Amino acid sequence: MSCILATAASEFRIAFRNRWVLIATGMMVLFALVLAAAGSAPTGDVDVDRLSVTVASLTSLAVYLVPLLALLMSFDAVAGEVERGTLPLLLTYPVSRLQILLGKLLAHLAILALAVTLGYGAALVMAVWSDPGAIQGIGSMVRLIWSSVLLGATFLGAGYALSALAQRPSGAAGLAVALWLVAVVLYDLALLALIVTDGGGVFTTRALPVALLANPADAFRVFNLSAGQAVAVAGGIGGAAGAIPLWQSAASLFVWPLLAITLALAAFRKVTP
Amino acid sequence: MTPTLTISQLTKRFQSVEALKQVSLTLAPGKRAALLGHNGAGKSTMMKIILGLIPFDSGEVTVCGEAPGSAAARMQVAYLPENVAFHPALTGEEQIRHYLSLRGENPRLATELLARVGLAHAARRRIGTYSKGMRQRVGLAQSLIGRPRLLVLDEPTSGLDPVSRRDFYDLLDGLSADGTAILLSSHVLTEVEARTDSILILSGGQLVAEGTLADLRAQAALPITLLVRPAEGRAISLAAVFPEATIGSDGMLRFSCPQADKLPLLASITALGPEVADLDVIPPSLEDIYSHFSRRDGQ
Ligand SMILES: Nc1ncnc2c1ncn2[C@@H]1O[C@H](COP(=O)(O)OP(=O)(O)O)[C@@H](O)[C@H]1O
Ligand SMILES: [Mg+2]
Repeated sequence: MSCILATAASEFRIAFRNRWVLIATGMMVLFALVLAAAGSAPTGDVDVDRLSVTVASLTSLAVYLVPLLALLMSFDAVAGEVERGTLPLLLTYPVSRLQILLGKLLAHLAILALAVTLGYGAALVMAVWSDPGAIQGIGSMVRLIWSSVLLGATFLGAGYALSALAQRPSGAAGLAVALWLVAVVLYDLALLALIVTDGGGVFTTRALPVALLANPADAFRVFNLSAGQAVAVAGGIGGAAGAIPLWQSAASLFVWPLLAITLALAAFRKVTP
Repeated sequence: MTPTLTISQLTKRFQSVEALKQVSLTLAPGKRAALLGHNGAGKSTMMKIILGLIPFDSGEVTVCGEAPGSAAARMQVAYLPENVAFHPALTGEEQIRHYLSLRGENPRLATELLARVGLAHAARRRIGTYSKGMRQRVGLAQSLIGRPRLLVLDEPTSGLDPVSRRDFYDLLDGLSADGTAILLSSHVLTEVEARTDSILILSGGQLVAEGTLADLRAQAALPITLLVRPAEGRAISLAAVFPEATIGSDGMLRFSCPQADKLPLLASITALGPEVADLDVIPPSLEDIYSHFSRRDGQ
């Protein structure tokens, strides 16, 4: 345990010096404030409180931004050590590869948690400012924070796995961008196209829920939208969220980080310094 | 006394290259062994195998009674890699504190360790601003953590100035007196000669010689050189007496003779009395011995 904490402390310091803490928090706060400002325009017909609207739009933001930040922080984790030549010495220390990965994960998760808490917090302050009753929705805000951290953990693990597979930072960066595009952008586009061609058929009722749960980013979206009863204000794929039981999307959120870390460990074990 | 390190019949191939061929050696506690060899002889490969960083094809390696790279072995072995590197964003002190924590030691010892390698003044500066020699010292400092029983140092004195080298070997003397076995590679032969207990010469992946400097000297049986300065105007007559000697452009007579013929030759030269102004006996240098073994297989 002390090895993990020591690694985490060192990684956090490095991330801080490389301005990653500043970049991550800055990005989250900036985008959250923009969304909160846009969401504070009168919504009229929708019968939900202001904070639920904010949470719904923050969810859509987080689906893109959290995986991106996680991949940006993690792609260098193993490949960078290989390139700098720091890995051989580290591996002669009485510390396991799992401990090294968990230490990095802990530091990067702490940074992500800080960034989303400050970002969402800024949006919360704005929402409560214009409508004090919005404080009722604090629960959904807390849920959004911890589920964002879980989503981040999944993509951090995936980033470590790619980093260990590529063994060169440039290659790892390319793979990370590709993963982000596929998992976060193209996957949803493909699902939308299928829904449209299917026209409410077997695909939409049977395969779509499974496809949404199989992608951690979609599971995150579905979980937060259905938990917050904000499905009504969410368009597109989010509309399907109502059909999926909450426990299923929650399970996906919890299982994915474990899977990603297991993959990362398997890839890291293959790296010969 | 059980050896700290035992290697028997170790063989390692990289695709087409046979990096180590049937290498066997032992290292007892408190002994300092120098590993010599040309570039690509297999020194770094052997060290990485001892540390468990890379697998090997056949043979046996035991480190402090454990398998190389096992958790128990890693607790007792410290390493200084060739061209050691650290994260440039950390300060020397932060880096050493981290390594201390990984070995379960008190991070506060960092200041003292850095002072031992003469880096106290730069402890709070980022490693990115360090010179190569300073990074090498950080590497040395981390290898001293927690009284290792085996120290594996890959070209530890590269990048160090002569004074730092001497300080470095003084550090090693202290460690080996406490029972730490030390395996180091180097190509600065003169320093190895004075400060290690035994010498191992690797050539093309084979251990071609092993022993103290005196052992190697005897094994190699290289000829001894005698330099004779003739008295004023006696060069020609002296050369006539010793047709086997060559005359250098500096007017000195140079003899090359086997160890066994040294004393008779000396006697016949000194017998000439005032004909000879001065005489020097030059034993084969470590470089000569080293090249003798290292070149044996046509390298
Ligand atoms: N990872 C590797 N892949 C392929 N060949 C290697 C690798 N590492 C070392 N070698 C080869 O093994 C031989 C020994 O290398 P090395 O142990 O680094 O030599 P030294 O440290 O004595 O200079 C060299 O021929 C080198 O090219
Ligand atoms: Mg080498």
